[in-house]
Amino acid sequence: MATPQLLRVVEREARVWSRMWRGFGFTTFVQPALYLAAMGLGLGGLVNAHTGSVGGVDYLDFVAPGLLVASAMQVAAAESLWPVLGGVKWMRYYFGIIATPIGPVEIYAGYVLWIALRSILASVAFLLVAALLGAVPSAWGVLAIPAAALTAAAFCAILAAFSITQDTDLSFPMIMRLGVLPLFLFSGTFFPVSQLPAGLRHLAVLSPLYHGVELARAATTGSFDVVADIGHVAFLVGCIVVASVFGVRNFTRRLHA
Amino acid sequence: MTTTTRPTALPPTRLVPFVGWRRRPWRLVERNALAYRRMWYIFLSGFAEPLLFLLSIGIGVGKLVGDLQVGGQTVSYQQFVAPGLLAVAAMNGSLLDTTFNFFAKMKYAHTYDAVLATPLGTGDVAIGEITWALLRGFMYSTVFLITMWLFGDLLSWWSILALPAALLIGFGFAGVGLAATTYMRSFIDFDYVNMAIIPLFLFSATFFPLSQYPAGLQAIIRLTPLYQGVVLTRSLVVGDLHWTLLVNAVYLAAMGLIGLRVASRRIGRLLQP
Repeated sequence: MATPQLLRVVEREARVWSRMWRGFGFTTFVQPALYLAAMGLGLGGLVNAHTGSVGGVDYLDFVAPGLLVASAMQVAAAESLWPVLGGVKWMRYYFGIIATPIGPVEIYAGYVLWIALRSILASVAFLLVAALLGAVPSAWGVLAIPAAALTAAAFCAILAAFSITQDTDLSFPMIMRLGVLPLFLFSGTFFPVSQLPAGLRHLAVLSPLYHGVELARAATTGSFDVVADIGHVAFLVGCIVVASVFGVRNFTRRLHA
Repeated sequence: MTTTTRPTALPPTRLVPFVGWRRRPWRLVERNALAYRRMWYIFLSGFAEPLLFLLSIGIGVGKLVGDLQVGGQTVSYQQFVAPGLLAVAAMNGSLLDTTFNFFAKMKYAHTYDAVLATPLGTGDVAIGEITWALLRGFMYSTVFLITMWLFGDLLSWWSILALPAALLIGFGFAGVGLAATTYMRSFIDFDYVNMAIIPLFLFSATFFPLSQYPAGLQAIIRLTPLYQGVVLTRSLVVGDLHWTLLVNAVYLAAMGLIGLRVASRRIGRLLQP
């Protein structure tokens, strides 16, 4: 059987990325480790001195899975805005791709797959650092990797479907500042969602990041709630499915027009 | 229209010889303000960023952390972190304008090629961009300080001086940012900017006091630029004043002036080869 065409898109992205690993190396390996050291150990020291623990676990253990998934989201979001518009508008290599047997749907699906794969790589590195710092009490922690990948895929599926419809990048800083940043800050990453005021607490349930963080935290602390966790997975998969409907339509329209 | 003898105008000081200075940087500020009239919402969204951090880290994490000691006073975590966030916002705001935005205008939009075809010089570009970055940062800082006041985070009347302090932080980073950007070859090189900002951001005593760090690291952090800014804003907001704050201020001013000098020269070389 021939290689599925969407894997060609993954290959293309992987080849480009292999020449730009320097910045990636920093955002993947060094940055999460710094966040973990600063937030987990520095801030965690204060938290432990005051409240002792958060939701029954040490603050370092609490914040580590949050940072893991949040950084997967941030990378996925940024990579699904400018690079996608670049592909169709600035560098226009999407038109090069559709001149081959590869179609717009494969570009979209291949890109989402690539972002998920990339976040797996990043998550493995992060988990290793976290484990060395003693932030992963349970061996089930490896399951935090698919949780992060699923979250990254969800954000990529949603945002790439949007970016492809744009003509300028004017809306992108707004999405990062008023969409991604609030999610980062209020999705149970740094403090439990239960601390939010009642109205916001219900809104947080709509945040894909919240579901990803809950999954990853269940994994690294080894405290699963099967029904809730199935719900989290279903929500993320649902995001990808719904976004794909728009993604497939928008990519086809823009590239086959 | 009369012709002017523009290139012969003397610089106001020889301490910082502004290469290409023609005393019209305000025109560039005006240009940026006009350009942002079409992107006012991007401008406005800048107000939201520090506020979101204050709500999340200050209130959310604050509940977990409790009270802290600053200069012999007991302050809530929110009161501790808010002035730090002010300093961080001042740094981020001025770096955004003088790095990414400056580079995009120079390399892709070719804005400065057009600017230099007018009576403006390369020094005007450097000073104009820094002035613009500072004005923009000043508006954000003012609104953030008012928010802090509404939240009860201002503990002293000295807090009002946190505004010039934020300007100084902005100036220090704007100078260095602009100078660094003149060495960038492509957007890939901006990875270096992130590599510099993130450690500064996380290890600057913004989120927790210096005493939380290991002793060796403390000595290094005392030397970093954002730390100077955080000490300034926090001391002013808490009302814990020392003469050593002048050292922090001079540090930031020197950073800005050196950066401005390097940037003026480099911009001249890049834009008028």
